[in-house]
Amino acid sequence: MSDTSTKHDAFLRVEDLRVHFPTADGVVKATDGLSFELARGKTLGIVGESGSGKSVSSSAILGLHRGTRAQVSGQILLEDVDLLQLSDEEMRRRRGLDVAMIFQDPLSAMHPYYTVGNQLVEAYRVHNNVSKKAARTRAIEMLERVGIPQPDRRVDDYPHQFSGGMRQRAMIAMGLINNPGLLIADEPTTALDVTVQAQILDLLQDLQREFNSAIIIITHDLGVVAEMADQVLVMYAGKAVEYGPTKELLVRPEMPYTWGLLSSVPDVTADTDSKLIPIPGNPPSLLNPPSGCAFHPRCPHKDKVPGRLCWTVQPELVPGRQGMGHLKRCHLPDPDQVYALEVLPEFDPELASELAQARIPDPAADAAAGPAAGPAAGTAAGTATPDTADERDAQ
Amino acid sequence: MTTEPVDELKPHPETSSLTGTPILEVEDLKMYFPVKSSGFLRRTIGHVQAVDGVSFQVRSGSSLGLVGESGCGKSTTGRLITRLYEPTAGRIEFDGRDIANLSERELHPLRRDIQMIFQDPYTSLNPRHTVGAIVGAPLAIHKVVPKDKILARVQELLEIVGLNPEHYNRYPHEFSGGQRQRIGIARALTLQPKLLVADEPVSALDVSIQAQVVNLLQDLQREFNIAFLFVAHDLAIVRHFCPEIAVMYLGKIVEIGDRETLYARPNHPYTQALLSAVPDVKQAKVGGRRERIRLEGDLPSPINPPSGCRFRTRCPIAQDICARVEPPLLQVGPTHKVACHFPGEVGKHPEKPITPRLLGVDDSGMPDLAAGPATDLPTGPGYSDTWFDLEHNTMGRA
Repeated sequence: MSDTSTKHDAFLRVEDLRVHFPTADGVVKATDGLSFELARGKTLGIVGESGSGKSVSSSAILGLHRGTRAQVSGQILLEDVDLLQLSDEEMRRRRGLDVAMIFQDPLSAMHPYYTVGNQLVEAYRVHNNVSKKAARTRAIEMLERVGIPQPDRRVDDYPHQFSGGMRQRAMIAMGLINNPGLLIADEPTTALDVTVQAQILDLLQDLQREFNSAIIIITHDLGVVAEMADQVLVMYAGKAVEYGPTKELLVRPEMPYTWGLLSSVPDVTADTDSKLIPIPGNPPSLLNPPSGCAFHPRCPHKDKVPGRLCWTVQPELVPGRQGMGHLKRCHLPDPDQVYALEVLPEFDPELASELAQARIPDPAADAAAGPAAGPAAGTAAGTATPDTADERDAQ
Repeated sequence: MTTEPVDELKPHPETSSLTGTPILEVEDLKMYFPVKSSGFLRRTIGHVQAVDGVSFQVRSGSSLGLVGESGCGKSTTGRLITRLYEPTAGRIEFDGRDIANLSERELHPLRRDIQMIFQDPYTSLNPRHTVGAIVGAPLAIHKVVPKDKILARVQELLEIVGLNPEHYNRYPHEFSGGQRQRIGIARALTLQPKLLVADEPVSALDVSIQAQVVNLLQDLQREFNIAFLFVAHDLAIVRHFCPEIAVMYLGKIVEIGDRETLYARPNHPYTQALLSAVPDVKQAKVGGRRERIRLEGDLPSPINPPSGCRFRTRCPIAQDICARVEPPLLQVGPTHKVACHFPGEVGKHPEKPITPRLLGVDDSGMPDLAAGPATDLPTGPGYSDTWFDLEHNTMGRA
C-alpha cells in the first residue's frame, strides 16, 4: 500500500504509529501500527469502541504523551515535519497553532475559574504577540463566528454560565482562534442533543470550508461519520481494521467488525420488528490481545476461513475487492458475498434486495437498476448463486 | 362546533400495538422545583417547571417512549412515576390506584411493582457490595424468599440477564459497562415488577453493547410481560423499542402517537426538527449532509418559559397566536395527538391556525367573542374515538 501518488499532497501523514504504555502487568499496546494520511480541507472519521485506541492516537499527534511513561514510535508528518522528532519546546509552539483539539466534554476541558474570554485570550496570546485588548477583540470575533449571541457580553461569562451547546461552541472557537491547519475533534458531539449536534456539525463544516483545515473527527456514531467524513478509519484493539473512502466503506464494508457496528444500531426508518444484531462478547484486553486476528473471538464469520487462519495469523491491512483505496484487515476471501447474502438481509432487507436485483442478471431488473448499480457493484455481480458455500470451500 | 362523521376519510394505521389495558395512567402531572434565593432566609423566588401537565398511558406489557432534549423533563417524569419525587400536582394511577400522594409507608408494597433501571451503570451500583448483595437486597427487604433461598434466586436472575451465575461474589468494578448494566437490570427484575422505568438504559454503553442490552430488555419484556416507560434521547433506539412514543419539550408533551405515524408523518415542527437532525448512516451513499430543519438558539429556561407555545421562540413557523395562546394537545388521528396551532407534515403546515374556533380566539390569538366559547377538549391521557380532522377542520368520529 505505497501511496507514492498522494504523498506530495498529504498534509498530515501518520506512519506506523505505536503508543505503548508500560504497566505493572505488561505493555498495553493502545495503538499498534497505525498509518493514515489526510489532505487539507478533508475530514477523516475514526470509529471504534472505547478502548480501541482512537483517542490515544490523536493525542499522540498533539504530543500529549510527552512527559508520561508512554512509548511513542513511528512518524507523524505534518507538512513533512516529523512531530515526534521535535523538542518539547518546539512542539509546545506548534500545539494550538498548527494542531488544535476539541474535547468531548467542554465542562471539564475548560477551566472553571477563568472566564471564557480569558481562556480564549490566553490561547491567542500564547502564539501571537499582541496586546490584551487586541486579543480580546479577536476572542469576541471568534465567539461571534461560532454563533454565540451577544459575544461582547458573553465573553466575560464563566464556562458554567454557558449551556452545553454554547460551551462546545466556545471550545471550537478556542481551537480555531489561531487558524490551525489540523483540527482534531474527539467525540465533539457525543454529550450533546441531536439538534445541537446538528448545529455543531454544520459549524465545523462551515469553518472547515472557510479555513481549509484538515479535520480528524473521532466518534462512535457512524451517522456522524457518514455525513461528515471523506475517509473513514475503523479501529479495533489499537489497529486499523478497515480504511477507505466513506462512500465506499459504509456502503460496501468488507470487515465483519464494521458490519457489526452497522447492524447493531437501529435506523430511524428500519422495520421495527427486526432484531438488532449485536456484536457478541466484549472488547478485548489490550494487555493480552487475542491471537491471530484480534477480532476473531467475537467474529461470527471466522469459521468461513479455512485452516483456522483467524486464530493463528494476524491478517494484514490490504486492499479489498473494491480497489486500492479501500483497505481491510480480514482473512475472509469473499467478504462482499457474505455481506450481501448473510449480513445485509438481516438488518437492512431493503438495501439487500436492491443489491440482489443489481446482481441477478435478470433483464427486467437490469434495466431498472442498471445505471444505479454502477461499476463497483459489478464486481459482486453475476455470482449470486445458491452454492456460495461450495465456492467458499474451494477457496 | 359541528361534529360530522368522516368515516370514509378515516386512515387505517397499525394500531394493534396500542390496544390493551393501561397499567399506568398519568394525568396532568406537574413537578415544580422551588428556586431559593441565596442568603440567610432562602426564600423561594421562582419555580423550575420541570414537568408541567403531562398525560399519558402505559399499557400492560407494552412500552411508551419518552424522547426530548436534555432539560425537557423526561427523566423527571420517570422519577415521578417511581415516586422518587412527590409530584406538585396531578394523578398517577397505577393498577387502578392513585399513587401520586401516597406516604412512604404506603408506597413500600408498590416498590415491588415499579422498578427503575438507571442510566449510568458506574454510579448506580454500590462499589462496596458484591453483585449477590446488590441483586439480592430487594428480596431481603421485601422478605419475598427465606434468607437461605436468596442466593439461588440471585443466581437464577444473573443467568436470565446473561451473566455467569458463579460471579455473584464479585464486585461491580470487576465487570465491564455492559455487564454492569445487566446487573442493574437483574436488580430491577428481582421483584418481578409490572412496570419498569428505564432512564436512558443504554446511552452510556458502547454501540456494540447497546444492541445486546436492548435485545435483552425486549426478551425480558416478552417473557415476563413487563410494561416499560423508556426514557431516552436516541430517537432510533426509542422507535425500535416502543410502539408508542411521546415527544417532550420544556416540560410538556408536544406530540404523542404510535411510532409509525410519529416517525413517518410527524405534525409538530419540533418533532420534525428532531427527526431531521439525526445523522443517518445511509447518507454515505449520497455524500454530504442531509437536508435538515435548523433550530435557532438554545432551550429557554424552564424557570421563565415562553408564553403561549413554549416552542415558539425556536419555531420556524410561529405566528402571533403562538405567543398568546397555548396550543392544546389535540388528537388529530386515531392514535396521534399534537400540540401545535399549525399542525401538518413537513412543508404542509396550514397557513391559518386550526385551533381558534376550539379555543374561542381569532387567528392572531386575541379573545374573539364572535368565535363563541371555547370547546371542551378532551385533555386526559389515552385516545378517544373522536378526533380533529385536519383536512376538514372539524371534529371527526371513528
